[in-house]
Amino acid sequence: MIVIVDYRAGNLTSVKKALDRVGAASVVSDDPAVVVRADKIVLPGVGHFAATATLARTGLRQSIQSAIERGAPFLGICVGMQWMFAASEEAPRVPGLELFPGECRKFPKEYKSPHVGWNALQCDSESRLLCGVGSGSFVYFTHSYRAPIVEGTVARCDYGGEFSAAVEKDHLFGVQFHPEKSGAVGLALLETFCRL
Amino acid sequence: MQTLTLTKRIIACLDVTGGRVVKGVQFQQLRDAGDPAELAAAHSEAGADEVVLLDISATHEQRATLVDTVRRTAKQLFIPFTVGGGIRTLEEAMAVFDAGADKVSINSAALAAPSLITRIGDRYGAQAVIVAIDAKRIPGTLRFEAYVRGGRQSTGRDVVEWAKEAQDRGAGEILLTSMDRDGTGAGFDCELTRAVSEAVRIPVIASGGGGDAESFIEVFKSGKADAALAASIFHFGLRRLADLKQELLAAGIPMRWPC
Repeated sequence: MIVIVDYRAGNLTSVKKALDRVGAASVVSDDPAVVVRADKIVLPGVGHFAATATLARTGLRQSIQSAIERGAPFLGICVGMQWMFAASEEAPRVPGLELFPGECRKFPKEYKSPHVGWNALQCDSESRLLCGVGSGSFVYFTHSYRAPIVEGTVARCDYGGEFSAAVEKDHLFGVQFHPEKSGAVGLALLETFCRL
Repeated sequence: MQTLTLTKRIIACLDVTGGRVVKGVQFQQLRDAGDPAELAAAHSEAGADEVVLLDISATHEQRATLVDTVRRTAKQLFIPFTVGGGIRTLEEAMAVFDAGADKVSINSAALAAPSLITRIGDRYGAQAVIVAIDAKRIPGTLRFEAYVRGGRQSTGRDVVEWAKEAQDRGAGEILLTSMDRDGTGAGFDCELTRAVSEAVRIPVIASGGGGDAESFIEVFKSGKADAALAASIFHFGLRRLADLKQELLAAGIPMRWPC
């Protein structure tokens, strides 16, 4: 069973709905005991990086860590992906999971923010998650902070400079965009994740 | 040649009342031309980048069906979905989000009580709050006044100033409708759009007056719009939406195409 982690950050309905569409059984849960036993974990997120502080406070952070240590595939979406990095300028005192190094930063001042809309992926590395998604595919973004390019970056996007659109390390995946809102491309990606 | 950049969005708007899309009779290929869920999915298929469902219900009885309509529409839609029209409180917004909306658009209620913008933003994130502004030009000037109640009541508020305040209070986008152009097909008001777009740092969606491809090219180039709303059910058959995107692409406007 795929567990969609509920930490009161934004709208989980759309992620659940998209997983339903690709035929994957999933539950939405805020219970650390459910999360720790998950076959796969999806951590959605819209809104503020500070919301991820809830994860530590409720024991969900530890459950997620235990589950991924035993090998459960993990997908972080938007703020959920940013949380996989060490930190974010948006809430400097809230630590990330530090699966990837570096800090998420604001877009340059001369660019409108949030970065809202459909932008192209530049896929230049081998990726299990993006195997069905071609370079140049458009996906839907909406975010005010961006993650740096790191060794695990498997797709870049350009808006006032390049940032990580997707990261990957073994069974750990993160996407800055919203696959549940990215039409057929996003559904294909979710289907790939469900089949891993 | 498509460049790898943030594309300009074409947003399809469906006007609904009592759970039915009104004036949607052009789509003969659809079984039920008036069903919002079916029309929204068809627009997504045809290449719309987002869908806005605008409740134009005049009566309480008609409004009562909104949440159910949103739920049915969201179920089939995997692109961004905004709901607007008559949302006055955080509770009303929450009901719409729970039913599957990604963003809400608020207008009169935001002008009456601007703290609503911040309260919805705090709960769902700034990206989920669109402030809609109905703008009317003050004759003979380059200034615009904000109207409420479906354009029936003037507020005396300067549109550019109000857009800036909405941004400061946490709006994620501005949906800017030219009342002077709305329904005319005579082209967007590019002066209005540009004035607001240059004054704020959040995306501006142009609305009102969209007609031929040239009008869209103009509002993206000279109006500096980030997105354009089309009452596509009036002006575009589903095939015309695809044609429009291809024409814009040929004119050098970055578009998500093919979808």
